[in-house]
Amino acid sequence: MTVRLRLFASIKEETGRDQLTLELPDDARASDVKAAVAAMFPGTARLLPTARIAIDQAFVSADHPVPPGAEVALIPPVSGG
Amino acid sequence: MFQIVQEPIRLDPLYDHLADPRAGAVLVFTGTVRNHHEGEDVSGLTYEAYAEMAEKEMARIAADMQQRWPLHRIAMVHRVGALAIGEIAVAVGVSASHRAEAFEACRYGIDALKAQVPIWKKEAYVAGAQDRWLENPESCRS
Repeated sequence: MTVRLRLFASIKEETGRDQLTLELPDDARASDVKAAVAAMFPGTARLLPTARIAIDQAFVSADHPVPPGAEVALIPPVSGG
Repeated sequence: MFQIVQEPIRLDPLYDHLADPRAGAVLVFTGTVRNHHEGEDVSGLTYEAYAEMAEKEMARIAADMQQRWPLHRIAMVHRVGALAIGEIAVAVGVSASHRAEAFEACRYGIDALKAQVPIWKKEAYVAGAQDRWLENPESCRS
């Protein structure tokens, strides 16, 4: 299945991309998204462990299933305020 | 009122939003850009947000605040883009019948925003140090 991945801040800068289209297995979990990004952009390895994952604009746990067509996002530690 | 905005944050509309005839306390916290961070002189900040999710996350925090305290109105606004020293980056406001719950709730609101709303700042320094993305100590991590 195909999902749209949005990237921000340090991860956006490291990859030079604010958006990726990922091809994932149909039974993919949120953590598989990190593995896919690490494979495409090895420079993100230091940034991925602390990043949270959001699906359709809400935080999810690592084992959360990724629905087809979802908008997935990698959320590095935040620094608003 | 839960907004990510590009333009300077204006407080008058925020106070208008918080107005409520039952309120005896209207409290607004503003976070401003300071000129120093960990011993370095800061020249300015650039904020970025996942705006659609940030606004939803603010609304989730506000719903949580409503559960915990008897509040009348809540507002959260965060600015993005390049900000100069002294400018308002964030405003969190509440109205309540009495000040005790207003202070507690407002503190909770800004703390939760800093921990979980998807907004990031990149700091630029006066003395040549490389610009860098910051991480709030209270930020939730995977």
